[in-house]
Amino acid sequence: MILLIAEHGRGELNRATWETVAAAQLLAKRLGGLPIKIVVPGGSDPVAQELAAAGVGDVVTLANPALEPYTPDGYVIALATAMASLSPQFVVVPHTYQARDFMPALAARLNKPLITDVTALAGSADAPSFLRPMFQGKLAAEVRPDGDPPYFVTFQIGAFRADQVQRGSSPANVSTVEVAVDRSAIRQTPEAPFQEAQRAVDLSQAPRIVAVGRGIKSQEHLPLAESLAKALAAELAASRPICDSGWLPMERQIGSSGQTVAPKLYLALGISGAIQHLVGMKGSRTIVAINKDPDAPIFEVADYGIVGDLFEIVPAIVTELQK
Amino acid sequence: MKIAVCIKQVPTREWQPRLSDDKTWIREQDVSYEMNEPDAYALEEALRLRERHGGEVVACSAGPARVQQILREALARGADRALHVESAALAAADAFLTGTALAGAMADEKFDLVLTGLQSDDQGHAQTGVVLAERLGIPHSTIIMEVQVEDGRLRVKRELEGGWFQWIAMPLPALLTIQSGINQLRYATLKGIMAAKKKEIRQVQPPAGLQASQRIVALAMPSRTKETQIIGGSPAEAAKELVRRLREEARAL
Repeated sequence: MILLIAEHGRGELNRATWETVAAAQLLAKRLGGLPIKIVVPGGSDPVAQELAAAGVGDVVTLANPALEPYTPDGYVIALATAMASLSPQFVVVPHTYQARDFMPALAARLNKPLITDVTALAGSADAPSFLRPMFQGKLAAEVRPDGDPPYFVTFQIGAFRADQVQRGSSPANVSTVEVAVDRSAIRQTPEAPFQEAQRAVDLSQAPRIVAVGRGIKSQEHLPLAESLAKALAAELAASRPICDSGWLPMERQIGSSGQTVAPKLYLALGISGAIQHLVGMKGSRTIVAINKDPDAPIFEVADYGIVGDLFEIVPAIVTELQK
Repeated sequence: MKIAVCIKQVPTREWQPRLSDDKTWIREQDVSYEMNEPDAYALEEALRLRERHGGEVVACSAGPARVQQILREALARGADRALHVESAALAAADAFLTGTALAGAMADEKFDLVLTGLQSDDQGHAQTGVVLAERLGIPHSTIIMEVQVEDGRLRVKRELEGGWFQWIAMPLPALLTIQSGINQLRYATLKGIMAAKKKEIRQVQPPAGLQASQRIVALAMPSRTKETQIIGGSPAEAAKELVRRLREEARAL
């Protein structure tokens, strides 16, 4: 059985869970038709019903008041207990910040392998393996878990498509399992989530975006990118390192920790294309990459690429646009 | 406060990958190395916490002899001493192995706070810190953007996705994985480099019988999901052709 841990917060299902349903279905098929079971820690009823309606597998709510709000300790205790009776072969979740918070502890507590950030399935039914990026996406590794199951897997956001989920003909069964969680064993005390000051710029609505990365080298060179943004009537954005350095405000950051965008045109200047950046922009309609490194991962998602010195190419584009 | 910071040695950003003959790892003899950038932010945060609360900062790393390069660099930036879990077998270790090896060497030190970067720029499992916390039996929180210490307790700002954050309190000792950009990095001064030469790097063996939990069966250049049209020529020619294609082909202008 493949056990899928649904992610939810504030009473809503995280949409990335659907991508993991699609991935779990592909894995189930590859392994000769394993059943899928979905576990909802903390037991949000609307979330369980939404998942059950898709008819992809039985839904089990792990009920204990100590699981709300989320804490890594609470989740590890409850899920480690549940694993013992459910005996899954695979445990799958989307590679979200929450998964990164509790899955390594859960797998380590059970002494089982955890393969993270998986982008594709490989191997055979007897020896399944998983593809995942390494070295900032410069290489792809095929990885095989060792030892006895269960094997824990997290799937990269955007690598599997939610619209590929094969829905069942009838809703699945929903059941509730009471799970014991000793509240005093939960050491983290979380406060309510909040957003920093309201965003002044909503990049998700911009039709065109010029984004800069480390290749811009210093803050003094930003006017060059600004001149191109102006010529294209585009918004200026950046990869994380640029915002980390304080060269542009955090609200202009694209990627897993910033905004997710899908403009008509995305022009990446000196951005190597770390996966954390790619997940925030690879849905753009037309992607242009300008980078001195022909092997930069950004070229894997680009429609048009220019390999060369952005300090020469960008002024030439501005001149061309002004003609 | 006794603070440990775990740092990893990874290939430099400029490194062009070349594979080993069996295509399950990289050709290490071609590689130049540097400190994993997310770990540099963890080190900086440790140094700042020491400035505020006193105590010592111990830089820890697991790997072959070559990782002394980054331990020496951490000492030059201000760490007080270093702990090196030395084994050639740890060069390509998965996070499970690295976390367990570090725990074996660090447990006796009874650190109040352990910091790591949120992930490494080489294997990128994003697991080592959390595995280490589990092995040390201490609470953890991940992807942290601010650290406050008061009356023996931690209050940390955890980054959630899409611009959301959350404050989390927990007792010490604890482990935090630090988000890049939490602070502005300092670099080693000449004085720091000189002082680092006299600082201790204690070498310890990893616990016996460590076993990997996963193996790399093949390593390759990633397959392209899109056919990228590379536009060549001089900057002026390339610019002209790009603008033409964006207008006529992609209709993006």
